[in-house]
Amino acid sequence: MSYIRKPAARHPSLRPNALGLTLRDYEGAMSTMCAGCGHDSITAAIVRAFHETDTPPYMVAKLSGIGCSSKTPTYFLSGAHGFNSAHGRMPAIATGAAAANRALTLIGVSGDGDSLSIGLGQMSHAIRRNVNMLYVIENNGVYGLTKGQFSASADRGSKSKRGEPNTQQSIDPVMLALSLGATFVARSFSGDKDQLVPILKAGLAHRGFALVDVVSPCVTFNDHDGSTKSYLYTREHQEAAIEMSFVPHRDEIVAEYAAGTTREVAMHDGSVVRFSKAPEGYDPTDRRSVMDWLAEHQSSGAVPTGLLFLDPGANPEMHAASKTPDTPLTELPYESLCPGAAALESLQRGYR
Amino acid sequence: MHQGGLTGLPSVPYTEAPSGPNDFAIKLANVNGTGSASANALLMQAIFRMGIPVSGKNLFPSNIQGLPTWYEIRVNASGHTARTARYDLMVAMNAETYAADIAEVRPGGWVLYDSTGPLKKSLQRPDVTFLGVPYARLCLENFAGARERTLMKNIVYVGTLAALLDFDMSVLSGMLDEKFGKKPALRESNARAIQIGYDWAKAHFDCPLPIRLERMNATADSILIDGNTATALGCLYAGATVAAWYPITPATSVLDAFKTLCERYRVDKQTGEQRYCIVQAEDELAAIGMVIGATWAGARAFTATSGPGISLMGELVGLAYYAEIPAVIVDVQRVGPSTGMPTRTQQGDIMLCAYASHGDTKHVLLFPSNPAECFHFAVAAFDLAERFQTPVFLLSDLDIGMNDWVVPKLEWNDDYRPDRGRVLTRDEIAALPRFTRYSPEDKLAVAARTVPGVHEKGAFFTRGSGHNKLGGYTEIPEEYAEVMERLSRKHRAAAALVPAAVIEKRPGAEFGVISLGGCDLAVREALEQLGRRGVSADYLRIRAFPFGEDVEAFLESHDRFFVVEQNRDAQLRSLLVLETPVAKEKLLSVLAYGGFPLEARQVVEGILAQLPDIEDPDFADRRERPRRAS
Repeated sequence: MSYIRKPAARHPSLRPNALGLTLRDYEGAMSTMCAGCGHDSITAAIVRAFHETDTPPYMVAKLSGIGCSSKTPTYFLSGAHGFNSAHGRMPAIATGAAAANRALTLIGVSGDGDSLSIGLGQMSHAIRRNVNMLYVIENNGVYGLTKGQFSASADRGSKSKRGEPNTQQSIDPVMLALSLGATFVARSFSGDKDQLVPILKAGLAHRGFALVDVVSPCVTFNDHDGSTKSYLYTREHQEAAIEMSFVPHRDEIVAEYAAGTTREVAMHDGSVVRFSKAPEGYDPTDRRSVMDWLAEHQSSGAVPTGLLFLDPGANPEMHAASKTPDTPLTELPYESLCPGAAALESLQRGYR
Repeated sequence: MHQGGLTGLPSVPYTEAPSGPNDFAIKLANVNGTGSASANALLMQAIFRMGIPVSGKNLFPSNIQGLPTWYEIRVNASGHTARTARYDLMVAMNAETYAADIAEVRPGGWVLYDSTGPLKKSLQRPDVTFLGVPYARLCLENFAGARERTLMKNIVYVGTLAALLDFDMSVLSGMLDEKFGKKPALRESNARAIQIGYDWAKAHFDCPLPIRLERMNATADSILIDGNTATALGCLYAGATVAAWYPITPATSVLDAFKTLCERYRVDKQTGEQRYCIVQAEDELAAIGMVIGATWAGARAFTATSGPGISLMGELVGLAYYAEIPAVIVDVQRVGPSTGMPTRTQQGDIMLCAYASHGDTKHVLLFPSNPAECFHFAVAAFDLAERFQTPVFLLSDLDIGMNDWVVPKLEWNDDYRPDRGRVLTRDEIAALPRFTRYSPEDKLAVAARTVPGVHEKGAFFTRGSGHNKLGGYTEIPEEYAEVMERLSRKHRAAAALVPAAVIEKRPGAEFGVISLGGCDLAVREALEQLGRRGVSADYLRIRAFPFGEDVEAFLESHDRFFVVEQNRDAQLRSLLVLETPVAKEKLLSVLAYGGFPLEARQVVEGILAQLPDIEDPDFADRRERPRRAS
């Protein structure tokens, strides 16, 4: 276990956010991951992202499937409703929750087995439907709870702990999401909190499906030589394809661009994503240029990271497509849903 | 005698001859996709509007165009409108199935056929009357274009039947006005087609036939509706806002109807906003997941599917059961196993639904017998699902779901408000020292739940993994079992709140008959026929599982019961044996599961075959004795 329960005493350095809540208020139960697990770093980044975006914990629904990654929602936001569902089925359950109450902030935490094998269909269709949620894949290339089988994200030629090579083609969630029309696609590394936290914050602000694939090494089963999801390999091959900063809507948006800013994208809630240091020919709002660039760079073994693609207007969010009112369906009074006896009487005149 | 015919049933001399007007069955043999369905529905609707009890059954193939399809209309002044395979009149419009169709007509009956070409000698029968109308020639002479000629052939036979059976022409004319009010050209050609058929019959046949219609006033307070539309109406009136589904015969029209109804009643006229969200899911696994997610978040949500979909939903049904999340699942049953016969009816999912999913699970099932009950039980399903925080299955079937039925007009009480069960409000949560999900329990063994987005103190972790009564993860045997025991008590408690069984006692009853769902009409007719033969039986129609005390008491009232159901393995009987104290030997089975709606004849024969003490010469020559369940 990677850390013990923290003392209830409030450290003076804990800064309250706009809601008066400190980072501690966004934490959850004690983690039961292995010491050094990448997932714990992601949990910490999620805690920070929710704190810094002033999200009220009770308005958050945190959902997951089955697997090591899917255990982690217990370890953040104890004030939020959680749903540890069934293997690969979280996207559908999240879709239903989103349909019922659009005011909720949904975060789904999944793994490469959960999302790319048993739940590949559901994740793909949640992307297609553009369900408004932040979807984090804690990607370690391996099945941890069943002790080390390759997952569908394991790269061809990479080796298992016992030295056995993976002979099958890997599924890359980033390229998959791009081809499915995802409107927010990012990849990061659990060991790079500076990059991950702003991506998660932008993902929360994004109206639609925000896919964040996070390489998250498994210290027990996939952190050896020959693995392409180890700490060492990822540190050596990670390459920030593009940098970004997230400017929340409450901050004054200054007119001039920061040095190196190549593009700004306004989010639906008024916040802004500022891209910088984009390589030549790379436009983070142009799906094709992103796919071409990634295809070329990934073939050499590089692990390009960053908020790789963002186009909030590319595809309407599920509720926009369904023309549902701003008021959540759960809040509609019954009287506005039931046509009543008189309407039934007149309807039945047509059943004669 | 014919060779089994397309009903798959041997023909049996029917001893109860038509008793005058308004007592006959006709079968219309058509080619799928030629427009016969609307002509046949028109006939059935016209009879309904003449105030006469009627049923129409579409026996259709799993096909878009080209295969044989049949429609059966049964008219019965006494209200016996279960299917009967005793056809007084065959409308033989499909040359490919002539042989089998003609063979099915009862001796003394009539065959109406297209006499444009000669009828093969081998097809003729001395004991039936052949009524030839040159439909193809008449349409060639009177209509232009191949498509119109094909379509109008159906309408011309409507006209012939109108003369032969003495339809009220003003009723037919009124229906054309309604149907083609805005399309005068179509109205004219349809009216002309009817007149052509009518005139031909009047000129060439002795009209009307002895089997004929006579106006009644038996349907004034009734409607004509299919079960899937009625189910959708129930979901609308229950206040369901989220529906997730995957297309499947015969459940698709539940969602089609729900969408149409929502478009009519749930769209804001000014803004165009839709007070519902229908998601066509990628498969049934996702459909049930969406329902569970939506109800977990506080909406009323449902899905509609058939057996294959239930098989896929099993996994998450167990999650909803164990995590105690409401869900309404409509199962419009079709013939299984596997793909089975998608366009044929069966009651084959009883056991599957009762214990759907791995581990110890047990669900609430509702068994509507007709579209009116589909409507009311759909509403009840939502109340029960939320009251007991559990999946509730509404087990309809293809016959109920897709055929038009004459049922009493649906009534609605505007005082109805949804029973949301124990869902804590913001203030209630705030007042609690600490919220725990799975305790304390109420008299129904139900604990209070909270939904997301209401109050921080109401937050908890929903999980399908082992949990204790506080909602925490556990692997401790006693803590796990404590929750499982309560779930069992909860299921038993539901017995008092589900729709009660319908019990009919008869003086001098020698045994009991037990049935469910769409068997009802055939069973009632059978009981009446048996009564006329001096065999008296009590009747129990089970309308829900878990079984209530009324069911258990009935099972003590006789030494012998016949359980009538439409599946091979006597699933209702099995459920009764498993879930009540009844001795298995007391329950005998009458089973008919070939895919067509149940007939009274099958019930009568099935019972008499197992009553060795009753000698009945009328049934002595039956060829196939129904099986006895072991």
